[in-house]
Amino acid sequence: MDISPESLLDMHERMVRIRTFEEEAGKLMEAGKVPGALHLYVGEEAVAAGIMVHLSNDDQITSTHRGHGHLVAKGGDLGRMFAELFGRATGYCKGKGGSMHISDLDLGMLGANGIVGAGPPIAIGAAFSNKYRGTTNVTCCFFGDGASNEGTFHEAANMAALYRLPVVFVCENNGYGEFTSQERHQAIHDVADRAPGYGMPGIVVDGMDAIAVYEAAGEAIARARRGEGPSLLECKTYRFLDHVGVRGMGVVYRTDDEVVEWRRRDPIVLLEERLAGAGLLPAEEAAAVRERVLGQVKAAIAYAESSPHPDPSALLQDVYTLATDAPR
Amino acid sequence: MTTPEAPAARQLPYVLAITEALAQSMRSDPNVFLAGEDVALYGGVFGTSRGLLNEFGPQRVIDTPISESGIAGLAVGAAATGLRPIIEIMFMDFVTVCMDEIVNQAAKMKYMFGGKASLPITIRTMAGGGMSMAAQHSQSLEAWFCHVPGLKVVMPATPYDAKGLLIAAIRDDNPVLVIESKLSLGLTGEVPEEMYEVPIGRARVAREGANFTIVAIGRMLGEALKAADELAADGLDVEVIDPRSLQPLDTETIVTSVRKTHRALVVHEAVRFGGIGAEIAAQVQEEAFDYLDAPVGRVGAPFAPVPFSPVLEAEYIPNAARIAAEARRVIGKAV
Ligand SMILES: Cc1ncc(C[n+]2csc(CCOP(=O)(O)OP(=O)(O)O)c2C)c(N)n1
Ligand SMILES: [Mg+2]
Repeated sequence: MDISPESLLDMHERMVRIRTFEEEAGKLMEAGKVPGALHLYVGEEAVAAGIMVHLSNDDQITSTHRGHGHLVAKGGDLGRMFAELFGRATGYCKGKGGSMHISDLDLGMLGANGIVGAGPPIAIGAAFSNKYRGTTNVTCCFFGDGASNEGTFHEAANMAALYRLPVVFVCENNGYGEFTSQERHQAIHDVADRAPGYGMPGIVVDGMDAIAVYEAAGEAIARARRGEGPSLLECKTYRFLDHVGVRGMGVVYRTDDEVVEWRRRDPIVLLEERLAGAGLLPAEEAAAVRERVLGQVKAAIAYAESSPHPDPSALLQDVYTLATDAPR
Repeated sequence: MTTPEAPAARQLPYVLAITEALAQSMRSDPNVFLAGEDVALYGGVFGTSRGLLNEFGPQRVIDTPISESGIAGLAVGAAATGLRPIIEIMFMDFVTVCMDEIVNQAAKMKYMFGGKASLPITIRTMAGGGMSMAAQHSQSLEAWFCHVPGLKVVMPATPYDAKGLLIAAIRDDNPVLVIESKLSLGLTGEVPEEMYEVPIGRARVAREGANFTIVAIGRMLGEALKAADELAADGLDVEVIDPRSLQPLDTETIVTSVRKTHRALVVHEAVRFGGIGAEIAAQVQEEAFDYLDAPVGRVGAPFAPVPFSPVLEAEYIPNAARIAAEARRVIGKAV
């Protein structure tokens, strides 16, 4: 698949935005400014970016508890995202959802999710709707290796293939479900092996290589748009930080050596090497991108920090859709 | 919570009371095993099973995939064939994923099979909010399960009961949901070292009083005791009752108290509408109508999902101040 210089640079910038967002969010959490739990996406940026550059706002995604990266890559507003992490009224969910429920339906982002395995059935619903409404839109369903053991994934995979729905199941295989390694939670090595059992292609791709993800995703998405049905794209990746929070090294359930090994294949560094080699992004320009993005992230944090908390009267609002609400 | 014969009673946090109950039960019965997500190598995400893998090995302390239906179904099948499973459903919110196994299978098998099956299953799960974990990690869903014939439901509020009720649940020949409180994990109290049971279906008078009864469920016990102190300043002598077990419910202890005090308030963290407080209030008015000087009050969460924002969540979760205000309303005093 051809990839234009614009797409490459676009992908790079999305990855830098995710990384910067997550690193700053982690610092804020450490400083006690973010309530609740944060599941950070650092290390997995190539997956979100490589998928999302193919999608428009009319294409949907379902996300996971580790959802910030998906929304950033889908074009999420950083100010409203930080405001949500802080629980402010200006946040994406008016402060009611927080990190685990961050969403933007206008961008086709159907929500991070607190329930592991909740995404796949919702994704087939959105894909069904795309087909029903006669569009060529697709739905990309992000889920983890751990989530691939929930019954919901299997029901959704079967239905997607049966109805030839325009959905791409994107397994972010980072080798762990919480603190349990993949070989301790399933008897297979490639989650993609499950796809043929449901009647769809399963593809394994290096999830640290944004270009590889881009190419494989492009084919699966094009296939879905052509009405040829679902695919399962398994991206082998790694979370550089702990399951929750920022600690990377010194955890009990994986070795520091393993972390170091994976960090050698930092997806942003890998892409920058490729871009520099192709003369598309010399090192000083890459640094300029990081600088610019950091400025945007800092401004977003300032906006969020100066935003008001929700008014207590908001507590009982938005439980139901009322006859007086604006039609959608 | 002092017993006269235990002058230097051992103190233990709620979390370790749970671990001790698990360990002692596994030591005393080889058919008891524990399965759940990250319960073995990691010792449980709340730390409740730390050390158990070392002592009992991977045959009996089992890390499962993220498959709640599988975990609960495993318990049903294992129990039906002679084992005594303990399963952990990490957050109570996740029980929705395995409702069929709990509600249609575990709860009904004995009855449907004409009494043949017996299902000694213990389902441990953590309920409650207060940690900004938002709508899918904070719920208190006990009322759902109290509504299902065939299930028992207990909610320990103290470390003593966390151990004693869990042991009783494990020894019980029926499926028992043990609903623990994540905000109480660090709560320390007296916990005897020996293995003991807190009988399922027996309430505890946590504070004696003469002219007002508060029935407080789960973590709300602590808030109700604080409210009782506050109300003492108003001349109200509050009796606080911890039902401990919701199904079966010790109606007698509650009704006996209300006959003495003539006024009552039920408190839980769950949504007020359709909560177990409604059942308790109904039973009190059925059994003690002539003794009541005021309608039975109820304090619970408002009719909304649990919000993420700490400001909204503080507004949402019942606390001592709200309990005291409602008590004053019940006795006809301005709030
Ligand atoms: C139904 C359900 N079960 C368990 C959990 C607790 N939990 C949250 S994240 C997680 C691990 C998910 O692993 P994976 O799907 O591989 O995603 P990753 O965290 O690796 O991105 C678990 C078990 C949950 N949120 N929902
Ligand atoms: Mg994973």
